[in-house]
Amino acid sequence: MSYIQVKEISKSYSDIQALKGLSMEIPAGTLFGILGPNGAGKSTLIKILATLIEPDSGEISINNINLIKNSRQIRELIGYVAQDVALDKILTGRELLDFQSDLYHINKNKKIERIETLINQLEMNDWIDRKCGTYSGGMKRRIDLAAGLLHLPKVLILDEPTVGLDIESRNIIWQLLKDLRNDGMTVLLSSHYLDEIDKLADRLIIIDHGRVIAKGTPAQLKNKLGGDRITLKVREFSNQAESEKICEILSSIDGISQIIINKAQGYSINFVADKQKDLLPKLKVELAFSNFEIFSLAQSQPSLDDVYLQATGKTLLDAEISMAGKRDLKKESKQSMR
Amino acid sequence: MELKKYNLFFLYQETFALTKRLFIQLKRRPSTLLAGILQPIIWLFLFGALFSKAPEGFLPGVDSYGNFLGAGLIVFTAFSGALNSGLPLMFDREFGFLNRLLVAPLTSRLSIVLSAFFYITILSFVQSIVIMIVSYVLGYGWPNLYGLGIVFTTLILLVLFVTSISLCLAFILPGHIELIALIFVINLPLLFASTALAPISFMPNWLGWLASLNPLTFAIEPIRTAYTQTMDLELVALHAPYGDLTCKTCISILFYLTVISLIIIRPLLNRKLT
Repeated sequence: MSYIQVKEISKSYSDIQALKGLSMEIPAGTLFGILGPNGAGKSTLIKILATLIEPDSGEISINNINLIKNSRQIRELIGYVAQDVALDKILTGRELLDFQSDLYHINKNKKIERIETLINQLEMNDWIDRKCGTYSGGMKRRIDLAAGLLHLPKVLILDEPTVGLDIESRNIIWQLLKDLRNDGMTVLLSSHYLDEIDKLADRLIIIDHGRVIAKGTPAQLKNKLGGDRITLKVREFSNQAESEKICEILSSIDGISQIIINKAQGYSINFVADKQKDLLPKLKVELAFSNFEIFSLAQSQPSLDDVYLQATGKTLLDAEISMAGKRDLKKESKQSMR
Repeated sequence: MELKKYNLFFLYQETFALTKRLFIQLKRRPSTLLAGILQPIIWLFLFGALFSKAPEGFLPGVDSYGNFLGAGLIVFTAFSGALNSGLPLMFDREFGFLNRLLVAPLTSRLSIVLSAFFYITILSFVQSIVIMIVSYVLGYGWPNLYGLGIVFTTLILLVLFVTSISLCLAFILPGHIELIALIFVINLPLLFASTALAPISFMPNWLGWLASLNPLTFAIEPIRTAYTQTMDLELVALHAPYGDLTCKTCISILFYLTVISLIIIRPLLNRKLT
């Protein structure tokens, strides 16, 4: 039985449909990753799970408690770490944690003990009594994470927790998340960093345009792709017609599968090559027969980016770049304001 | 029963934490408090001096203009403070700090509103007491104990009324620029269109009507009467174009305005805070 169940949720902001019938199931004690480019709907999903916004349709339950009908009960179960860290610049870190403890009705003795534990765990001793306004990005993220953990939630929900962080802060946060998972906490983490999800997540979903396009463990998803991933170019910048012709040639070769054209990468061809067969000589011959030469050929172990590429025809980075020009961050910020 | 007892304690715990945060901000950035005290005191000195040579009997029922002005400035100070009370909430909305409160399992999100009321009420009281002390030192009198009760009751009602409107605006308007602009537009015209600076008998008919319908006037007149030492709730406090109003009537109107404003804003706060 899943601890968190999300069934067919949809959410629109005026003219933008952020989530389109998204479903997922998360077992208890899992470190669950939500991977997708910026604008894919990750933050909307996270905000719905954190009870900050309501979906237009669909059902969500955490520990069999209906999230929409019993949001107050759900808030006792969850800890939330937002993408944009909002701290009160005037308060010190310790005062902020004290403030947050009172909002979670933690009694005085337990409060002092929890605050001290988290200060030590997140290595905040040196600066905890300084005003939050003086903190670096990494410090802000750590204090925010501590605030989300004060009441020992059953589920910790983090929206892009390591964006823009220094390596030291990132490693501390990664280690803490692993420890929390090992202690039995269900950790839900959204990210557009492939390596973060790959290294941390037990299970994940990849979302694109508000829909789940892949789900499973990182190993399962990568193994589904089969053998090694090959990226082929016959010239630096090719075109659609030429790429389609090469695709035709490749599809006739036994042992080559999942061929896609990556338009954003100069119409390079991406495919999976069967490990058992020595395909390179045959590939050269077939291409030469049609007057093509190999300009570049890169071979790599399948990654989550390849999973994304396979499902959408573009890499995560390309999807980010393409979304960057389309998003109105000011408008999104206004929409997310209560 | 046990659950209710816990809920009440939790409501107290939340409200106390939220109010404490506002006071920590005030302590570390006391400029709001100081400006709120200094501005009316400067007005008291300057306006008091402006009409210091006015002929005796120039103003009905008071010895000097400073004596007349005190009540207006006390109310204006409380009014300005309450009108600005939506600003911290607006900044919390804009910077995402409100989300921190909204994901917490608050027993009641009323605590967010209550903390703003407590904070502004206490701040207004402190500022008013300082203005009253300065007025006293300048020889403009001091209300008796009964009068003090009237002063603070009136101030609480005014603060509740204006704070509820300000919190409502903080949720309706898109950002702090718009809120500040609106405060800027409302603040001084409401002061001038009230009996804070001059009695209705000095005003043209249209302004007299405006002033006698202005909620600030219903707060100013009972406080002004409280300074007469012959405080009686049945005393006529306001000679409005539509008839004479006693202190009791003025305070009652203020009370009803407060209740109505709270009823009106409730659905909005419920929608925004649930």
